[in-house]
Amino acid sequence: MLAQVAFGIVALALLGSASRVVTARNLVHTVLWLGLTLAVTAVAYILLNANFLAAIQIILYTGGVLTLMLFGVMLTHRDEGFVAVQNPSGRFVAGGILALAVFAMLAGAILRTPSLPATPAPPVTTEALGSAFLTEHVLAFEVLSLLLLVAALGAIVLARRKDAGEEGESQGAVLPERKALPTRQPKAEALPVAARTSGGEA
Amino acid sequence: MGLSAYLLLSAGLFALGVYGLVTRKNAVGVLASVELMANAVNLNLVAFSRFIGGHVGQVFALFAIALTVAEVVVGLALVIILYRARGDVRLELMSELKG
Repeated sequence: MLAQVAFGIVALALLGSASRVVTARNLVHTVLWLGLTLAVTAVAYILLNANFLAAIQIILYTGGVLTLMLFGVMLTHRDEGFVAVQNPSGRFVAGGILALAVFAMLAGAILRTPSLPATPAPPVTTEALGSAFLTEHVLAFEVLSLLLLVAALGAIVLARRKDAGEEGESQGAVLPERKALPTRQPKAEALPVAARTSGGEA
Repeated sequence: MGLSAYLLLSAGLFALGVYGLVTRKNAVGVLASVELMANAVNLNLVAFSRFIGGHVGQVFALFAIALTVAEVVVGLALVIILYRARGDVRLELMSELKG
């Protein structure tokens, strides 16, 4: 009985916050609702006896991704008050129909599948997960660490500002107010160093 | 609760992500919708691991979480480039690779 109540609360919170993620007009609100969705997913992981995964979810998503996305919003929407562009209303109808179709297809497949297990298997311990990572899946584990390094370096290379002496970006469409802010340059130099140290920890 | 309840929940999350993906114009909003869909997939993997047994589902979910983090890092770098080049982050401005 208690499990049903807990699942109901988690399901309501997940779907409610996720629907705000896709409908909120203010982008900061969107990201914060996404944070709630990700945190409630961690609760769902605990309900599923995946405690280690819940901790990872909180650390990586709610700690890391959320902060990154908030920075992304605030770096790119300083002038517009964080409000997203209004979409043409036809997009909402098309999106709603498409989302309903996807849900109907998935739900139909789930409900028609016979003999889905209703009782849980013995829980997986963190110890088993750790030894699986370092024995069975060690190659994927190492490739993943290489990928994280490449992603961190790639992000630095992509987002790095050009040197002050070099004129203009490749598009030549830099806003004039951006060039009139010389104090931004030293900050941009400090950013790659900070990103490199955090990439090293990962 | 049985496995099908969790699968239905994550199907609902995934559908909401699809809705956001279609309706959002803003690059950060689209990225948030993609996160939602990845989250639904992870929930599926963990639910299968819980009800069918074995640790592979959780190992996969961990890999998927790490991959999503890498994706967000690169995606936000692209958003910042777009903003710098065009002064806005609407996705229809990102048409450089269109044939």
